[in-house]
Amino acid sequence: MTDLVTGPALATAPPFLADPRVQRAIQLVWHEAALLDAKDYEVWAELYTDDALYVVPIERDTDDFAGSLNMIYDDKRMRQMRVARIVEGYSLSAVDAARTVRTVSRFTVTSVSDTEVRLRSAQVLVSFKRDEHAVLGADLDHVVVLSDGGDRIGGKVIRLLNSDASVNASGYLL
Amino acid sequence: MTPTPPAPALVEPDRVHGSLYTDPEIFEQELTKIFESTWVWVAHDSELPKPGTFKSTYVGRQPVIVTRDRKGTVRTLLNRCRHRGASLCEKPRGEANGFTCPYHAWSYGLDGRLRGIPYPDGYEGVMEKSDLSLRALRTESYGGMIFASYDPDIEPLVDFLGDVAPWIDLFTKQGGGYPIKVLGRHQFTFRGNWKIQLENTTDGYHFPIVHRSWMASVDAETADMMSFMTDPECTTHSLGNGHSVMQMVPEHSDLDADDGTEPLQARFDGLVAELGQAGLDDAAVRRLVRAMHGTGFNLNLFPNVSLSNSFFRVLRPIAVDRTLVEHIAIGPDGPPEIVGPVNRERLRIHEHFQGPFGFGTPDDSEGWERVQRGAQAEPAMPIMVNRGMAREKAAGEGWPTSHVTDETGMRAAYAKWKEMMGDD
Repeated sequence: MTDLVTGPALATAPPFLADPRVQRAIQLVWHEAALLDAKDYEVWAELYTDDALYVVPIERDTDDFAGSLNMIYDDKRMRQMRVARIVEGYSLSAVDAARTVRTVSRFTVTSVSDTEVRLRSAQVLVSFKRDEHAVLGADLDHVVVLSDGGDRIGGKVIRLLNSDASVNASGYLL
Repeated sequence: MTPTPPAPALVEPDRVHGSLYTDPEIFEQELTKIFESTWVWVAHDSELPKPGTFKSTYVGRQPVIVTRDRKGTVRTLLNRCRHRGASLCEKPRGEANGFTCPYHAWSYGLDGRLRGIPYPDGYEGVMEKSDLSLRALRTESYGGMIFASYDPDIEPLVDFLGDVAPWIDLFTKQGGGYPIKVLGRHQFTFRGNWKIQLENTTDGYHFPIVHRSWMASVDAETADMMSFMTDPECTTHSLGNGHSVMQMVPEHSDLDADDGTEPLQARFDGLVAELGQAGLDDAAVRRLVRAMHGTGFNLNLFPNVSLSNSFFRVLRPIAVDRTLVEHIAIGPDGPPEIVGPVNRERLRIHEHFQGPFGFGTPDDSEGWERVQRGAQAEPAMPIMVNRGMAREKAAGEGWPTSHVTDETGMRAAYAKWKEMMGDD
């Protein structure tokens, strides 16, 4: 299973945007954001490696996801069931889910190799449902696995600003 | 529009007036006549594990701090400085020697007594410190469940709970021989009235419709445990004082009653092996694993808490059309080599259904919001709570009883609501 524990952002930012490996990783993160806003969940799930974890923790500072209560703690099996639930049409919250538009930016790089890039970023998601806009801010950690056969997501942690407070129940994914 | 009659007249045995969800005036009355008059659940014992630990929460809309003082006594104190009214504590939980107001540094002990005032000379001859303790609510507990009331003369908690108490005893057996503790909490709000949520925990009727997508995602054994819709053995009892219990899996109501014939679910094979390696015998393993989904009943306590399967569900009224809900995960509290693997499994089961991104909660929440939106169409039209009235009977204990999909629990809650809202 991919270790999702990430270190701090580098103290002095190198010119990482010039690194083609980082460019590939950012491109994948942006592609993921577009798929999620389009609610194209079946294609989205294919972005993940088999051993990837997709986690929305409650405690913002924890890295012990297995030992804590999370909002989402999905391995491949749970991720597949989650997608099936959302797309099959029997979940009334998914059928009536809000529209979303998200921006992912403020990238920092925590590690780079020829096979893996670890990125931290900010996500601002605006949703709209029944005359109400809502805003969800989050810090994202991505592990991007680089491969000539196609880059994949090896893990993602979404730390919502309000994760330990009240979060509205949603029919969409982060 | 027809004028709305006085609140108690809005509840009939088989129906309630739609304005119970939509009228802000009724909501304000409820805060006073219900949430500030009866016993309201505030904490579980495990959230205050030692002297000095505290939890901040609400009774109705009023902020309170629940503390365990130096002598171990649990108190519920209004979170409001006696000087100028600032809140004393903004942390949800923690450990402290006392509470100091950030505005002028008036400081209070864990028991609420005013200990210190900076530059006290200005108060000489003006007041006595002993008159300015934090306002304390009456606080009592049963079976680890801590309740508070603004009414100093209210009936003792055990009398309020009445026939609920033995069900709390049964619920705590899911510790499998260990005490239970809080493992974490999901919090979410929905745009709807608090009574829509109160009804839901005693509503077996909605389950296969609203939670169809969850049913499809669990293994056959778990789904089979939920086959209560057509099982006549699955019943709801009214327990008095607005409380009720809805038994979806009656064979798990008393987890100590185990003749050894029920196979353990295959999904827990790894856990069974791990607990065996930790030195537990087969009976002790069975006790913990059979409790993995909780007790198979929802104990619905009027007005704000239910003990549901394997967690607590707590509601807090925010506005006539907004309610906060907590789903508090619980598990056994014991040696890490035993409760560690057990509670990791319990957390995963909890996450699967509960919380803002669970496979169940968002669908419940959408259903409740639809009720609120729909009820604004001609609020004078009734909300029906008549399912199963014709087949309601008295159980051996005298409890009004009907099928688990019937609305016996809702009728019980609304009868209590009517009684309390009529008290002037």
